[in-house]
Amino acid sequence: MTRARDFVRSNLRNPNAIAYFLMAVGALLFPAIVQFATGGSGDYLVGLAADGGIYMLMAIGLNVVVGFAGLLDLGYAAFFAIGSYTYALVASNHLGVTPLGHSLHVPFWIALFIGMLVAASAGALLGAPTLRLRGDYLAIVTLGFGEIVPRVFRNAGIWTGGVPGISALDVPTLPGWFQGPWVGQDFAWVPDFRFTSANLTAYYVLMIVLITFVVILVNNLYNSRLGRAWMAVREDETAAAANGVNTVSIKLLAFSIGAATSGFAGAFYGAKLSYVSSENFGFIVSVTVLAMVVLGGMGNIPGAMLGAIVLYFILFWLLPNAPAQMQQLASSLGLDWLNQSNPNGWPGIAEVVSRSKYVIFGLILVGIMLLRPQGLLPSQIRKQELKHAEHEALAAPRQLQA
Amino acid sequence: MDPIPPILRVEGLTKRFGGLVAVDNVSFEVPTGEVFALIGPNGAGKTTLFNCITGIYKPTLGQVTFRDRDLTGSPPHRTAKAGIARTFQNIRLFEYMSALDNVKLGHHCRMRSKLWDSLLKTPFERKEEVQVEEHSMELLKLVGLDRLADRYARNLAYGQQRRLEIARALATDPRLLLLDEPAAGFTPQEKVELMDLVQTILKRGITVFLIEHDMKVVMQASQRIVVLDHGEKIAEGPPLEVRNNQRVIEAYLGKSA
Repeated sequence: MTRARDFVRSNLRNPNAIAYFLMAVGALLFPAIVQFATGGSGDYLVGLAADGGIYMLMAIGLNVVVGFAGLLDLGYAAFFAIGSYTYALVASNHLGVTPLGHSLHVPFWIALFIGMLVAASAGALLGAPTLRLRGDYLAIVTLGFGEIVPRVFRNAGIWTGGVPGISALDVPTLPGWFQGPWVGQDFAWVPDFRFTSANLTAYYVLMIVLITFVVILVNNLYNSRLGRAWMAVREDETAAAANGVNTVSIKLLAFSIGAATSGFAGAFYGAKLSYVSSENFGFIVSVTVLAMVVLGGMGNIPGAMLGAIVLYFILFWLLPNAPAQMQQLASSLGLDWLNQSNPNGWPGIAEVVSRSKYVIFGLILVGIMLLRPQGLLPSQIRKQELKHAEHEALAAPRQLQA
Repeated sequence: MDPIPPILRVEGLTKRFGGLVAVDNVSFEVPTGEVFALIGPNGAGKTTLFNCITGIYKPTLGQVTFRDRDLTGSPPHRTAKAGIARTFQNIRLFEYMSALDNVKLGHHCRMRSKLWDSLLKTPFERKEEVQVEEHSMELLKLVGLDRLADRYARNLAYGQQRRLEIARALATDPRLLLLDEPAAGFTPQEKVELMDLVQTILKRGITVFLIEHDMKVVMQASQRIVVLDHGEKIAEGPPLEVRNNQRVIEAYLGKSA
């Protein structure tokens, strides 16, 4: 009992512990709250949240690359695409229509890790020649990679299904599953459970499990010699090397782990949608994930997760609903004329809001970064760095003297 | 008894930056178990020589042999692993890591945890982390910083930062420690403490090779000195001999007409 009390007390002042706790509680209660608030028709929202989990996974992975190791990766969606397509190839009928002529149906749980491994290998292959570059150059190379990969998938003909992509991917399966009142059904044990769009809560639960799993692993890495080496390389590469850190291989490791997480998320994404297409992996995905990491707090795992929640909420719930909400607001204020389009070019308030969606999004981002430049939930290091940024700018640039 | 072979042998080392010859055909041997000093006026190429030995620069010509192993042009992490540690003239700590984490990082190349150990926090990894933490605290105690272990490196005083850098270098478990102007900016009292520390390091079986400007420190601490001027070796020998060498006096004071 006292032990429990000590544990609580020692974590009460730790913002990360509080964030983890709130996120865990929120994640567990979310489906129940949604179902209650919508009177049992909230399945769609739970599914939306499960999709948000995919972004969260990516943010956690990109945080390793950008936040821990300090490598700016602008083509992160490429690994997401590679994970998705790998899953699509090994878990559908598609390989049967390629010249290979034989389709594979690798079980979901194995295919998930195949997607992850293939993405990690792609990360290592891209990283090996490019991680000798510093800062800006690496950003440009990854940007190029992010543009190339979806194009390759679009143009690889029969192998990747071209523009329409690959559909009818295998859905995840489990030997069994509990259902209960939380999905509006009686308690029952369902053997040979198949995840379908009729049971989005199951996807949601699966997502929570996967995120928990990834967070534990990444957190372990952060608190190991590797996490320390990443921090050191980010701060002073020469000093790290002189103290025995193989800087190229440690950066390569960060890059591959980021890619692996992205590929993992991609494989799940393919399984959930049961469909992949090269249209879904554009630059905007890379930038959104990067914005999640920066806005949440670079270098801090719960920070990146929080950033993912906030941005996903804004992008996929707030903004899509904004036009309708504005329309309602206008009519409830008695300003119905705002809702009508007129011949002078006013298209109606809903249309105006819908057109300026990304302006609003941009303004929100700028606003958050002005209010909290260190991110919503920054790492201690970033906080310090920002505090001393002015001194750093005044100090002479560091260089080796002859 | 056979004489102990030198720990480090530098032969015909040359480093050019474009047209500038920073180090010009320098050869010397660092005897095992002694304090060896490298002196010379500003811009003589001392730090460049250090950078060539530790692999931060690739020498244009010449050879670096450490404990009978050819280390010419090896990358810095490999020279560190081979047993050469160093500090920097313009302190290069990981400023936003704690003093303890700085020293822990120094253990990196001696730790044997693999990726899987780190991912899964295996008992082996936990045990190694505990050992590294204990050893890091020992080293911090050695340099008198054990009470400041959880301070950010950047918040330490100047002299403390210099000593922390030595502790971090010692954490790589070196056989040869290169100190680049370790007493720069020190008070006389701090210099005395530093000399004590150098003696302690020596007793641990680590050869010390230092660059220093303070003649008093150099004369007291070192058994042998090499003098560099404009990249060339102009003298080598025991302190007294070097001090009375005509070329050394000229290099430092200028040639009288």
